[in-house]
Amino acid sequence: MRSSALKHIRTVFAVLVLLLFAFLFIDFRGLLGEKAFGPILYLQFVPSFIKFVITGVAASTGFIVVLALTALTGRTYCSFLCPLGILQDSISRVGGLVKRRFRKYGYKKPYTILRYFILVVTAAILAIGGVYVLSILDPYSIFGRFMTYFAQPVVLFLNNLLASVLGKFDVYTIYHVDIKPYELAVYIVPAAFLLLVGILSFRYGRLYCNTVCPVGTLLGLLSKVSLFRIRFDEDKCTRCGRCAMACKSSCIDFLNKSVDLSRCVNCFNCIDSCKENGMSYGLVRLKKPAMHDGGTDPSRRSFIAGSLVLLAGGSQLVRAQGTPPTPTKDSTVKEDRLYPVSPPGSVGIESFTSRCTACTLCVNACPTNVLQPSVNEYGFAGIMQPRMDFHSGFCNFDCNRCTDVCPTGAIMPLMIEAKKLTQIGKAVFIKENCIVHTEKTACGACSEHCPTKACHMVPYEGSLLIPEVRDEICVGCGACEYACPTRPFRAIFVDGNPLHEAAIKPESEELEAVPSEFPF
Amino acid sequence: MKRRNFLRSSLGAGLAAGAFMSFGSYEKAFAGKRLPSGADYDLIAVMGGEPAAMFDMGIQAMGGMGSFVKKGQKVLVKPNIGWDVVPEKGGNTNPALIKRIIEHCYRAGAKEVYVFDNTCDNWIKCYKNSGIEQTVKDAGAKIVPANSESYYQEVTIPNGKKLTKTKVHELVLESDVFINVPVLKHHSSAMMTGALKNMMGVVWDRGYWHRNNLNQCIADYALYSKKPQLNVMDAYNVMMRNGPRGVSVADLSNMKSLMISTDWVAIDAAGAKMMGKEPSSIEHIALAAGMGIGKMDLTTMNIHRMKM
Repeated sequence: MRSSALKHIRTVFAVLVLLLFAFLFIDFRGLLGEKAFGPILYLQFVPSFIKFVITGVAASTGFIVVLALTALTGRTYCSFLCPLGILQDSISRVGGLVKRRFRKYGYKKPYTILRYFILVVTAAILAIGGVYVLSILDPYSIFGRFMTYFAQPVVLFLNNLLASVLGKFDVYTIYHVDIKPYELAVYIVPAAFLLLVGILSFRYGRLYCNTVCPVGTLLGLLSKVSLFRIRFDEDKCTRCGRCAMACKSSCIDFLNKSVDLSRCVNCFNCIDSCKENGMSYGLVRLKKPAMHDGGTDPSRRSFIAGSLVLLAGGSQLVRAQGTPPTPTKDSTVKEDRLYPVSPPGSVGIESFTSRCTACTLCVNACPTNVLQPSVNEYGFAGIMQPRMDFHSGFCNFDCNRCTDVCPTGAIMPLMIEAKKLTQIGKAVFIKENCIVHTEKTACGACSEHCPTKACHMVPYEGSLLIPEVRDEICVGCGACEYACPTRPFRAIFVDGNPLHEAAIKPESEELEAVPSEFPF
Repeated sequence: MKRRNFLRSSLGAGLAAGAFMSFGSYEKAFAGKRLPSGADYDLIAVMGGEPAAMFDMGIQAMGGMGSFVKKGQKVLVKPNIGWDVVPEKGGNTNPALIKRIIEHCYRAGAKEVYVFDNTCDNWIKCYKNSGIEQTVKDAGAKIVPANSESYYQEVTIPNGKKLTKTKVHELVLESDVFINVPVLKHHSSAMMTGALKNMMGVVWDRGYWHRNNLNQCIADYALYSKKPQLNVMDAYNVMMRNGPRGVSVADLSNMKSLMISTDWVAIDAAGAKMMGKEPSSIEHIALAAGMGIGKMDLTTMNIHRMKM
C-alpha cells in the first residue's frame, strides 16, 4: 500500500487511543464502569505480560496478541496502541510547529548497545527479584504517572474553576474536588521521565522509544522479521531524502534505500512524504536479501536471550505468590507500624510489590483517596507503588473498585462479599493517645466509623466509654485511624498484614421487642 | 400554652387526622383548607404508618408546611446521609420521608429546596446508595455537594463554651428556612444521634468537636443563630446498637414512628425515650437543656400522639 490514507488512519486511531487513556487516568468522577477497564487495558504489553505470568494463559493473552501483531505487521503497537508513544508523537508535532518548518529528522545510527543493555538489565532484574526496573520503564505506567501526577491536577483546577462559577448559578452537576498533592518524593521519578521523554520527543521524535524503552527494543527484535514492512520501490525512488526527513524514528537510510525495521514504528509518515510513490507498506519480498542471510544475527541472539530472561523473570513472579515474608520484628510492638497496608486483593505485601508497576490507575480509581503512592513504606525499590494511607482516606467497606481495574494482577479481582471479609491489617489502639483517656471527655470517632464494630466502646471511668478492638472481625479498612482526631499521633492505627488474612463475620443477636406505644 | 390555642390546634389536628382517616388519601387531606397556623404542640409523635404518610399527618397537626415555608423562600432540608448504606440498613434518613417533605415545601410555595450532608463515607456513594440523591431529584429539589472546604464559611457561636466558631455550609447561611431531618440511631460517640447531633453534617471540621469535648460542642452549636425552624425525626427503623453505621439489619427496631417539633432538644428527648434511655443520660441533650436551648422534660410537654 502506498496510500497516505495509512498515515491518516494511524493519526485518527492514535488520537482516540490517547484520549481514551488520558480519560482513564484523569476520570476523577469515576464515570467509567469497572467492566470497561479490562478490555481497554487488554493489549498493554507489560501489564498483560505480568498478569499472564501470574494467572496463566486464560486470563491475559494481550501481550501474545501484541507479539503476534508485531511479527505480522511490525511495531504497529508503538504507534497505534502505546499511549506513551502517541503522547510523544503529539509532543514531536508541537516541536515541529515551534520550529515553524517541517521537522527534519534524518537518518541516525541506533544506540544498539544501550538499547539491548537496558533490555537485558530489565529482564535480569525481573528474573531475580521483581518488577522494579520494569515498573520504572514500562511505557504504559510512565504514561499513567504523567496523567496522574501532572495532568489530573490541571484538569481538577479547571473543574474547580468551573464549579465555582456554576455554583453561583445554583448548578451543582460540576462539583469541587480538592486537589491533594502526594508526598514530594514520589514526584522525582515521573518528573525526571517527563523531562527526558519530553525533551527527546520534542527534538528527536521517537528516540526514547528506540533507545530506552524495553518494550520498544523487544518488539523491535520481532519487527525485524515481520511479514509486513515498509520498503523502498527501487525503480521509483529518486533518493530525494524526504522520507528520511519525515521519519520520527530516524531509521530510514535513503542513500542505501534501507529501513531499520527494529526502529520503525509504522507511523507511515514516509509513505505520505514521498512524492514519487516510492515508499510502500506491504508483504515482505522473499528475494530481498535483507535480514534472512542465514548468518548469525546478533539482535536475534539477544532476542532469544531476552525472551528467556523474561520467562525466567516470570517464574520468579509466580514464586513470589506463595512465600509469605517472615516478620522481622516481634508483633507486640505498640506504636510504629510494622508493615505498610497493601490494598485488598493484593494477597500480601510481597506479592503486591513484586507485581505492581505503579501505573497509578488504582490511585485514580479509588473513590476515597486511600490509595496513595508510597515513598519508602515498601522499601526504597517500592517507591510509587500504592499503599493504603489512612491519613488521606479510608477503604470504603462496600467498594472493590481497585480490584477491578488493576491491569497487572498486582491487585486481583475480589468479589465484594469476599472483600468484606479480607483482613488487610489490624487496628491497634493506643490508649495513651486517646481523647477519652487524656481529656476525660467522650469521643469514639473511631468506633463510629467502624463498619464491623471491631472497634467498639467499652465502659471506662464514670459514664465514659473507651474504644476496644476485636482483632478477629477487624478488616483493616482504616476508618478508625482516619477518623481519630488526635494529632500528631493517632490513638488508633492499622498495622498491615504482610499476608492478608480472613476476618470473621460479626455476629448479631436478637433485639428486644419493638415498642407498640410511645414511651413518653 | 393558652387554652384557646390549645383547643384550636387540637381541633385542627383532630380534623386533619380525621380527614386523613376518612378519605384515606394524602392528596385529599392535603387539598383541604389549611388549618390555622401555630399548633402549639411541643412535640408531634406519629406511629404505625409509612414515613411519608406519617409526615402528612404530623405536619398537618403542626398547622401544615405553610406555617414554616412561605412563598418564594429557599428551603434547606438536612437529612442524615452519613453512610454508604442502602435504605434498608437504617443508617441514613428514609428517602421516602425526604421526598414527601420536599413536596410539602414546594406546595407551600418554596422557590427552591436544597439537600446536602457532609458525609462520613465517600459522599458520592452515600448520596447514591442512600437513595436520597435520586429521591431529591425526583421531587424536583437540588442535591448539593458538601465535600469540599470551599463550600463552607466561618461563623461565630456566641456564648459557646467549647465551640466558639466553626465553618458551616454556605446553604445554611443562604436559605430562608432550615428543616432538620435526622434519623434516630444509636451512636457510639454521642450515645444517640438525633436533631442536635445531625448538625455535625453541616460543619466542615468535625474532628475539632471530637477533640474538644464532643458533647459540649454539640450543645454549643445549638446556640448558633441559624437554627432549624422545624425538626422531623425519622424513627421508622431505629438502629438500637452498633450505631451510627450499623453492622446488619438485625440492629434495627421497626418502630414505624415519626416525631416533629420546633424544639430540637424536645425531639431528641423523645428519641432517647424511644430508644429506652433517659434523656438526661444523653450528655449532649442534658447540656443543651441546661443551656436553655430547649426542653428536655417530656412530662411537662404538650405532646400530640397519633397512631395510624
